[in-house]
Amino acid sequence: MDRCYIGIDLGSTTTKAVFIDNQERVLGRGITNSRSNYELACQIAREEAEINARFALLGQHLEQSKHVGKHSSSLLKWLTCYYHLAQYLRQLETLRSECLGVRKHWNSPEAEAEKFTQALSYIFSEMEREVYDEFDPEKRSESDFFRDLASSAYMRLAEQVSMERGLSFGRLVGLFDGAILRTEGHSFAGDYEEYLEFARTKTIQAPCFAPFSDDITEAVAATISTTFNVVNTVGTGYGRLTLPFAKQQIRSEILCHGLGAHFMFPGTRTVLDIGGQDTKAIQVNKEGIVTAFQMNDRCAAGCGRYLGYIADEMNMGVHQLGPLAMKSSKTVRINSTCTVFAGAELRERLALGEAREDILAGLHRAIILRAMSLLARSGGVTNEFTFTGGVARNEAATTVLKKLVIENYGDMVINIGHDSIYTGAIGAALFARRDPRGVMADVEISKLKTKKKAPDKMTGAGM
Amino acid sequence: MNVQQKIQKEDSMIMQKEMIAGHFENLARAGENGKKVVYTFVPGNLNELILAFDMLPVHPEVNALQSGMRKMSGDYIQEAEKFGHSEDVCAYVKCDIGMMKKGNIGPTGLPLPKPDLLLLSYTGCFTFLKWFEILKKEYDCPIVLLQVPYQAEGKITREMRDYVTRQLEEVVVPALEKVSGKKFDPDRLKEMLALSAQAEDLLVEVWNSAKNKPSPIDAYFGGVFYIGPIFTAFRGLPECVDYYKALKAEVNYRIKNKLGPVTPEGELNDQKYRIVVEGPPSWPNFRDFWKILTDEGVVMVASTYTKVGGLFEDGFRHDPDRPLESLGEYCMGCYTNHSLPARVDILEKYIKDFSADGFMIHSIKSCNSFSAGQLLIMSELEKRTGKAGVFIESDLVDPRYFSAANIKNRLESYFQMIETKRAGA
Repeated sequence: MDRCYIGIDLGSTTTKAVFIDNQERVLGRGITNSRSNYELACQIAREEAEINARFALLGQHLEQSKHVGKHSSSLLKWLTCYYHLAQYLRQLETLRSECLGVRKHWNSPEAEAEKFTQALSYIFSEMEREVYDEFDPEKRSESDFFRDLASSAYMRLAEQVSMERGLSFGRLVGLFDGAILRTEGHSFAGDYEEYLEFARTKTIQAPCFAPFSDDITEAVAATISTTFNVVNTVGTGYGRLTLPFAKQQIRSEILCHGLGAHFMFPGTRTVLDIGGQDTKAIQVNKEGIVTAFQMNDRCAAGCGRYLGYIADEMNMGVHQLGPLAMKSSKTVRINSTCTVFAGAELRERLALGEAREDILAGLHRAIILRAMSLLARSGGVTNEFTFTGGVARNEAATTVLKKLVIENYGDMVINIGHDSIYTGAIGAALFARRDPRGVMADVEISKLKTKKKAPDKMTGAGM
Repeated sequence: MNVQQKIQKEDSMIMQKEMIAGHFENLARAGENGKKVVYTFVPGNLNELILAFDMLPVHPEVNALQSGMRKMSGDYIQEAEKFGHSEDVCAYVKCDIGMMKKGNIGPTGLPLPKPDLLLLSYTGCFTFLKWFEILKKEYDCPIVLLQVPYQAEGKITREMRDYVTRQLEEVVVPALEKVSGKKFDPDRLKEMLALSAQAEDLLVEVWNSAKNKPSPIDAYFGGVFYIGPIFTAFRGLPECVDYYKALKAEVNYRIKNKLGPVTPEGELNDQKYRIVVEGPPSWPNFRDFWKILTDEGVVMVASTYTKVGGLFEDGFRHDPDRPLESLGEYCMGCYTNHSLPARVDILEKYIKDFSADGFMIHSIKSCNSFSAGQLLIMSELEKRTGKAGVFIESDLVDPRYFSAANIKNRLESYFQMIETKRAGA
């Protein structure tokens, strides 16, 4: 692979990585939850981005193949889905053994502990059985974090088991909580060749793809042998200072979001980024250079974490909030002055019998109202407007935002891309590409691998 | 930095430290020496008039900021809160009240005397009124109020001037005579005002030295740390003139040798960004705050907070030929007595005259009167100068509102933004 550049955005909730090539084309994107370990999160996001880049190459190989031709996109979808299934199964296996490991440290009587061991055995065999439905290439559209997928399945099964067998649900949850943190301490991308082989084998078993067996095998082999010549890496985001990078390889997330948004939507003049714990209103010029910005101060109410907290309070996944809020028929007004107070207000509203979806719609509105105030402070919205960050994936938030921007600033182009969560990482990658000074990035990246076995096969020369 | 330069720089710092220490020692011994004490605020202070009656000034907000620098303010503020002062009350007030409740030990570790008179000579900050009302209750001493008209129209009119002069003649001077037991001596005041004017000439030259590249001074951190303080308690005295002469000589040496100011991190010769500042520093984090900026290669070339004790760059001087009238003009001319549009004009002029790369606004959580309107100031300045500003928020002396990580993050982003704009990406 020709020269390529990496941008890494270490957010407080998720860590994102993007590979771009010399022509500033995006090769691959990777995302993982930031955990409390930025080094590991950084490594995993980078590995995920590299895998993503390999899949893009795989797609090109398949497209170029004479036989596959028009089937290439559906074929790639199948391969991707089964690849993730293979990785998920490996993660599930690790989670199972970590759960058992946590259980072993209990001081409970043997007979009592054995009941939990059996319960775990049941839960995990069910999770494994169910996962084949979850990873059906015909139905599945995108991958979620392992934590989210595993957690919702585990909790559901644990509740069922605890009722059927008279076991403490709380203790089963405790096992999961201890084990998931340990599981997330592993990197699973290193065995990517194995997963690809699993994906290849399972895909060619499908009668519709069997005729392309040789082409698939050839394309997979070519993809595996590709190496990435990483010339420079730039880090940004909340955790950027924890990266072992030189000062010139660290850029402020404000600049990265500005440049990234401008790259994705060149007409952009105002950018709103709602991340995990900060909200940024940014004005950029026609080159994508930041000319003014405002951030939330003293308080993180109105940021992504606000939604995370509410999700916990409602015992839901954060990704489920938006879809539920969209079902609302009336908006309940909720304050946005403090995340913790909003939690109290939420309970009060529930007690008063308000519908969950209506309360959630109110909470989404509260977040966006805060953002509107920052936008006004930064100079308002005068031209094309781009919304980035994790919250931009939430339809309930984007719906309110669009409405309020148009109400306040008139009709205008509002860009909300599906990949907007990668905006900061794209901006960082562009700075890596455009900054003539940084040439020794490989050295720093390699340091990130010292804690874990180096997945030699995937790194290749220059990585 | 060679030894000679270091010693030379330390001369003014040592000199000011000794002078301030001497002042606090005089205050501690005021009782035994039979000296009367006047509590008064820095903006619009009538220092010459107080000294002309052989009285000693105490500046409560200076004590508060000193407590902040000594990391005592957090405890003092909590002490004041125990007495019912809310979280939103000016942190200077709470710090001062907490210090008083805890024994009134001043910045140098010596006890501060009780006031014989509370002289409120500036009321643009309405908190000052309440502050002295509280002190009056605590100390049960006489209080005198000089009402200083606000410069709403951006200028001092004949009526405003007459109004203040009459108050000085009819209210303030008699009050000082009564408390001090001395007759007002106009000639003594005139002598002092002549010395003040000399110090003011020198001070203006020191502030203007920041127009040089590299700037030989830091007009914000250095400004409040050692350039400005002498001016308040010593204006009108010969040692004040001596101090500024010495400082001026040091500054000239630095200009000639193209040297930057001495900061706690060493001499700042490599000045990447020239910045104008609006708003006071965060005193409990003074050193950290300065370091964040020094690390980025930032020199502050002009600031408005250092003009709270008087604006002299447009030519105003205390005038021995018009003693009371010029004292009144001084009170009305302090930075805090200017309207929002006038503050924008002053900052715009600084940005242009001092060839600044941008400006920083430090907004204060517990000070509405100074912080209100600063976002408007920012957008107006950006529009007029084409230079970007950065807006940070914390507090004067309440350490609970200083988030180093957030402030650093914002400032780093800001300077990277300037750098990227310069490079044209």
